Amino acid sequence: MATTRALTRLAVRRTAVPAVWTRSFASVDTTPREPIAKAGDPSRPTVPESKTSTIKEPTPAKEAKTKTFHIYRWNPDEPSSKPRMQSYTLDLNKTGPMVLDALIRIKNEVDPTLTFRRSCREGICGSCAMNIDGVNTLACLCRIPTDTSKESRIYPLPHTYVVKDLVPDLTHFYKQYRSIKPYLQRNTPPPDGRENRQSIADRKKLDGLYECILCACCSTSCPSYWWNQEEYLGPAVLLQSYRWIADSRDEKKAERQDALNNSMSLYRCHTILNCSRTCPKGLNPALAIAEIKKGMSFT
Amino acid sequence: MSAPRVLNLTLRRAATPGLTRFTPAGRSVQQRFAATEHISASDASSILVKQRLARPVSPHLSIYRPQITWYASGFNRLAGIAMSGTMYIFGIAYLAAPALGWHLETPSLVAAFGALPLVAKVAAKMTIAFPFFFHSFNGVRHLVWDVGMGFANKTVMRTGWTVVGLSVLGSLYFSVFV
Repeated sequence: MATTRALTRLAVRRTAVPAVWTRSFASVDTTPREPIAKAGDPSRPTVPESKTSTIKEPTPAKEAKTKTFHIYRWNPDEPSSKPRMQSYTLDLNKTGPMVLDALIRIKNEVDPTLTFRRSCREGICGSCAMNIDGVNTLACLCRIPTDTSKESRIYPLPHTYVVKDLVPDLTHFYKQYRSIKPYLQRNTPPPDGRENRQSIADRKKLDGLYECILCACCSTSCPSYWWNQEEYLGPAVLLQSYRWIADSRDEKKAERQDALNNSMSLYRCHTILNCSRTCPKGLNPALAIAEIKKGMSFT
Repeated sequence: MSAPRVLNLTLRRAATPGLTRFTPAGRSVQQRFAATEHISASDASSILVKQRLARPVSPHLSIYRPQITWYASGFNRLAGIAMSGTMYIFGIAYLAAPALGWHLETPSLVAAFGALPLVAKVAAKMTIAFPFFFHSFNGVRHLVWDVGMGFANKTVMRTGWTVVGLSVLGSLYFSVFV
């Protein structure tokens, strides 16, 4: 089996075409393909075209669908230079659907000096968090607005130090995350000596909290965090803090609450609610913060 | 490495000639034309420190999209500051009025206001009534949030615009009919 696979891999390896002439990853192949119905497995009867719906190509444009992107640029190698907005035009017919596809295509085909973070391209790593058309979101989860008459603007996360172009310095953000001790703290061993068990109801309390990927979209959308980020922890870190406060297995709930009980760490939240509005994962940091405040005032 | 794993790896390498003998070509090749030089840890950190001093802060207030969430919150603050500020200034002036010979007693104020044209009257009432109503209604919204309710995005937008609508209606009523 392994040999067959290796042979297949050898057979399909493209040695003939140099990398320069092959199309890069973020582009969409515009050449017509075989309909999917024809490529079925012969052992299974394929439903004929007449019995299935037809997915049509969205009117093949003769002329290009050109969209303009204005992208924030700053180069640390010219430290005295001012940040600038660089414009790029892309043909949307040759670009993938998401803003990240556009960025990758710009980097691959137009301007290799454009710098941004990206990794998973499916909204699970949180690397490509940036401000797109005025709202913080993940570039990989944000569709390019197809209205070509409107121009898109892409900035790094607001009120952060810029390392280069769209890359913000999140060192302080991660330090704040570290400060809330984001791990299970227990003094007593588990009753059965093997695992710390939890009831289904207690586990349900962590839904909507554990999904946070720490992309910093919410924290950097918060005006309060803009002005006080040295001391205020910000929505993302507070949501993470609540994730451990709400965990029935954790035994340091009181210590965790005490650590937040000062004028800055928690109470700089003025329920502005930009955080919940912008969360690309659909979580609700504002609710988590409200629950922390409630828990601290009613105990 | 454990013996079975070593055996497994060896077998796989043997079965995959392309992995070891040929360099992969086509898309999987990455060519790096940039020259690199080794930098010691202390030099690297000094470069980092120098870079950190020069870093710009990314734009924020000016580029963030206007949304009912933060615009309402900002206006709530401004309204509160303006109203309490006005109250303090007027209170102090009222206390100081006899000593300074100002006429801030109610009858003279009423007479002065009555002498204004109608448009100025409505505008003056409106500038006081709108922040007052907005701050009061939004205050109720904040009280509800403190109980932990009404945090869904849709609810926040709906209650926000409701507060705006109610304060426009209330302030219009008070500045035109009262």
